[in-house]
Amino acid sequence: MEQISVKVGMASCGRAAGATDVYRKLSEYLAEKKMPVSLQKTACIGMCFEEPLVEFTGGKGGSITVGQASAETITTALEEYLEGKELSQRVILAERGTAIHNELLGAQVRIVLRNCGKIDPESLDEYLETGGYKALKQALSLKPEEIVETVKASGLRGRGGAGFSTGMKWSFAMKAPGPKKYVVCNADEGDPGAFMDRSVLEGDPHSVIEGMIIGAYAMGADEGYIYCRAEYPLAIKHLEKAIADAEAKNLLGKNILGTGYNFELHIKEGAGAFVCGEETALMQSIEGKRGMPTIRPPFPAESGLWGKPTNINNVETWANITWIIVNGADAFRKYGTEKSPGTKVFALAGKIKGGGLIEVPMGISIRDIIYKVGGGMKTEQPFKAVQLGGPSGGCIPADLLDTIVDYDSITKTGAIMGSGGMVVMDASNCMVDVARFFLNFTQNESCGKCTFCRIGTRRMLEILTRITEGKGVLEDIEKLEALAVNIIKGSLCGLGQTAPNPVLTTLRYFKDEYLAHIVEKRCPSGVCTSLLKYEILPDKCIGCTACARKCPVHCIKGEVKKVHEIDQEQCIKCGACYSTCKFNAIVKK
Amino acid sequence: MPVEKAQLDAVIAAYKGKKGILIPLMQKVQALEGYLSRDTMRYLAQEIGMPAAEIFGVATFYSMFHLEPQGKHVIRVCKGTACHVSGANAIAVALRDDLELEAGEVTTKDMRFTLMEVACLGCCSLAPVIMIDDQTFGKLTPEAIPGILERFAF
Repeated sequence: MEQISVKVGMASCGRAAGATDVYRKLSEYLAEKKMPVSLQKTACIGMCFEEPLVEFTGGKGGSITVGQASAETITTALEEYLEGKELSQRVILAERGTAIHNELLGAQVRIVLRNCGKIDPESLDEYLETGGYKALKQALSLKPEEIVETVKASGLRGRGGAGFSTGMKWSFAMKAPGPKKYVVCNADEGDPGAFMDRSVLEGDPHSVIEGMIIGAYAMGADEGYIYCRAEYPLAIKHLEKAIADAEAKNLLGKNILGTGYNFELHIKEGAGAFVCGEETALMQSIEGKRGMPTIRPPFPAESGLWGKPTNINNVETWANITWIIVNGADAFRKYGTEKSPGTKVFALAGKIKGGGLIEVPMGISIRDIIYKVGGGMKTEQPFKAVQLGGPSGGCIPADLLDTIVDYDSITKTGAIMGSGGMVVMDASNCMVDVARFFLNFTQNESCGKCTFCRIGTRRMLEILTRITEGKGVLEDIEKLEALAVNIIKGSLCGLGQTAPNPVLTTLRYFKDEYLAHIVEKRCPSGVCTSLLKYEILPDKCIGCTACARKCPVHCIKGEVKKVHEIDQEQCIKCGACYSTCKFNAIVKK
Repeated sequence: MPVEKAQLDAVIAAYKGKKGILIPLMQKVQALEGYLSRDTMRYLAQEIGMPAAEIFGVATFYSMFHLEPQGKHVIRVCKGTACHVSGANAIAVALRDDLELEAGEVTTKDMRFTLMEVACLGCCSLAPVIMIDDQTFGKLTPEAIPGILERFAF
């Protein structure tokens, strides 16, 4: 009989949901019963909404995954599995038979996430068993030009957001004069609402490292950096272990696999600055300076780190390389569209049932992502918009849900593909508030170098704040549009050039919400506190006094068993009464 | 300086003379005392032969460097998009209430907690999320806050 094994998903999200306790319980239980079951750690399979996840394999039932596992009941599930019984717990994935989420994974194509949630990310041996470092061996027997040609032919475009051809970028760096060149992995994933790179680094660090060694060899670089944000401690830990293991097996370092090729790889921790995700700012930061973007040209391929030719790709781009080398450019082009081949990883979050990480072929519609792969809306409120591309992106409304996912189609909507954050919003989310949220973010993160970005975003934020407070005037809309155009024109880097996008797209698709705030002094979604009004319905209030006791400013008056009243002058609109009332007698207007 | 000179010298010695070391060096130094005092930055400047203004410039650019002493436990409230649309504001208000922080204050008077807002912790499907030291707590409600804070003793 096959070895029975139990795998616990131990990425950051699993740990936050309680996976550490589940793992400890299983480990104690197995030690006590002296069972010949192997207990393993793995990372994230992407179904974050079902965390903690535990997968059983090797038994009669085949592979079975339990969702929302708890330390109290997981040993019962293990016993049932060992006895070949049907599991009494929440089975979300099953190799044989039916399970709640079998079809969610079915719509996905996993290239980048091929090993995530399957192997132990801290084990080089497990990576090797899945065919790891075969691509490197193959690549080292090829000429650099051949590798670059394959990447070019695959049509892979930069997954960091801008979508520039990776093969073209590599050919510039390859042709740049040496001998000293650098390759860099941009793992400064700063977009709020995006966590694709975290999951790849936590779940399959070797795939990124192997991609980098291949790229470095092709471009003639002998040194590389992975610039990872410090908010991802587990990713950094797994990378450090992976680099040390690869060095010990001579897959990295001096004279790699006896070929005479040397490549040294370092990790640089970020220190908390969103703008460092921009490539020129990132290089400044690696050099130990303030991370402020520099003017291009010269492009990094001519003059990058310490003035030497440098190639920068993001985590997801690097993670595609080994697959392309092993399977070929044509196999890659089988997925996706003519101009955007391959797959894209998205982080689904917000008001969606299946929040987590998914990888889908390009060309799929946004509607299918939300309703098929993501399981649909979590709340009873209707869908309103999906935010793509973080602070540089935009909000796509319901009537554009059939837009397909590729760089060019998404750009046409006014949003951008971005790094892959997808936040779903329902009728309870206010679009003006969302625009203000992103402007607040970009305004905070603007490095201050370009005047339009530094001051322009501040002016836009002031206007948006004014509108959400009910103090807006109609000319504010024109002012916002004029500022947006100037900021786009007058900024050096992507941060400023895209900062107005959230405002421009919400103005384009949700102008009625802006007008409701400005003209009617009303927030249709009931989000903007200053425009809210809480009232007690006399026919429903039974005078239980619960609200009056809860009110922090004591502005609700009324006697026991008599209708209460809110003093609107003093009300701070905290909503405490609204959530306390058990009789639906308080309404939010 | 609030930090022992010998400890500081040992950290500096490990980095001195290498390229691009300023940020990791400052991170290590900050780990010693929990923040970067002006005296420490001046000493650092003198030891690695760099203008103090440049070090101060880097320290004020990145949000992870602190110029003031920090509480024993650091609370990071995620203000990412997913958390924002799932009620992160109410969590932040509950934390400020429970910690009895006045407007503008970030560290409790007893130096037990420092409260920070961060852009995104990358656990969006568990929104709203906070991180205390290196532990992440998800799917929070304002009511859950006092119980979580109790677990972090002085």
